[in-house]
Amino acid sequence: MKHLLSAADLSRSEIDSILDLAEEMADVQRRPIKKLPTLRGRTVVNLFFEDSTRTRSSFEIAGKWLSADVINVSAKGSSVSKGESLRDTVQVIDAMGVDGMVIRHSASGAPAQAAGWIRGSVVNAGDGTHEHPTQALLDALSMRRHFRSLRGGFDEDWSGKTVAITGDLTHSRVVRSNVLLLRTLGAKVVLVAPPTLLPSGVTTWPAEVSTDFDAVLGEVDVAMMLRVQRERMSGGYFPTPREYTIGYGLTTDRLAKLRPDAAILHPGPVNRGLEMAADAADAGASRILDQVAAGVAVRMSVLYHVLGGADDKETNA
Amino acid sequence: MTDHHTEPRRVLDAGEISRAITRMAHEIVEANHGVEHLLLLGIPTRGVPLAKRLALAIDRASEQPDGTTPVGQLDITMFRDDLRRHPTRSVGPTHLPIPIDHATVVLVDDVLMSGRSVSAALDALKDIGRPDAVRLAVLVDRGHRQLPIRADHVGKNLPTASSERVSVRLEEIDGRSEVTISRPQQPERKAR
Repeated sequence: MKHLLSAADLSRSEIDSILDLAEEMADVQRRPIKKLPTLRGRTVVNLFFEDSTRTRSSFEIAGKWLSADVINVSAKGSSVSKGESLRDTVQVIDAMGVDGMVIRHSASGAPAQAAGWIRGSVVNAGDGTHEHPTQALLDALSMRRHFRSLRGGFDEDWSGKTVAITGDLTHSRVVRSNVLLLRTLGAKVVLVAPPTLLPSGVTTWPAEVSTDFDAVLGEVDVAMMLRVQRERMSGGYFPTPREYTIGYGLTTDRLAKLRPDAAILHPGPVNRGLEMAADAADAGASRILDQVAAGVAVRMSVLYHVLGGADDKETNA
Repeated sequence: MTDHHTEPRRVLDAGEISRAITRMAHEIVEANHGVEHLLLLGIPTRGVPLAKRLALAIDRASEQPDGTTPVGQLDITMFRDDLRRHPTRSVGPTHLPIPIDHATVVLVDDVLMSGRSVSAALDALKDIGRPDAVRLAVLVDRGHRQLPIRADHVGKNLPTASSERVSVRLEEIDGRSEVTISRPQQPERKAR
């Protein structure tokens, strides 16, 4: 695997391989000495053209625990917003001889473009409203752990599982990656949002679409809630925050309607009281903290899959 | 890759493998002055079932109930020094039934050759904890060492040419147990 640009690029066996290794890396996370020599001598640049704490620091920790040299480049404040200057930036860094770049950019498709301009590997750490494949992988790891913890275990057959993703779907890159990844795994995805927050073309996605959260609640194995971005509230997407919560929030009442074996996921940070009630975030079924822990393990696994083998000169192996 | 090796010659059959494991078990109990703090760790793939057999033989040699001697596995993929020479290798699980601190760890592998796998295993152990002692048990030692590493317990010393191929098969993985050796079809040219 040369790059990780989209969840759609991953085959079922590649997803399983990444998740299996992430479980091993989670063991390393619990050791007193959190260090493996695997990527010694490799250099990874975190190139973040957008603010991020969670993703950037987890990629940084992941690289360092695998003994790679990790350099953070924050492009904030520079004039990098158009193809030409993005190209200059990545080619300059590539010319220094780095092995991989982890790219976060506000323009959809920027990491895929960059991958075509440089020798090294590229990992997409979130591009615009397009994709965030490592988030989808860590969500899948959290779901799989949850399924395995249930009575009767889990035989890796996702076809009977239903995942509802609820919230601001229009501006979410997490939702696209999740839909693509869950399709490959074979799970059924139901997208739930007010009509104003459904992306255009959503009907062509490999998922069911609903505007009635209550109607799907009782049948889901996983309720994934997305953050409502407060900055969007003035955009006329919904009348008031209260109105949104009444229609699409995981309230205490809705929590009671979930199946007892259902898991609650949220990519964070949670707006308590808006997209979910405090008791939903803290409920026994909530895997939100597990998702954060899974983030480092999954990113270690991804860096190993992208940089751990021989340099292949093929594109996109 | 086309295989240009001769028909494999069997050097150990299932019974001989069992007897070698029993002998090694007695040696381990003797060297350890009993079974205190023993922990057997198999190196995947075939070191794992070998370690399980050896643990069972140690239980019987020391007249303990079966399953007393703890046995786990240690994946060394992430510690290999040749990762960059191959496509990305898949990584297996590491399973440690008890903490390795203060244990006498016996690493178990099927074939000892260059010593690089064992070296990687020692690096892996060092990152996990600090055993009181580490020993090495292998079913076959075929020579050609590239590092100053030797086995404490050997099932069979098998002098080989580096071009020969030694294959260990075990019931648990391959459906039958045997050790075979095959030679290259073309006679080797003598190095000058």
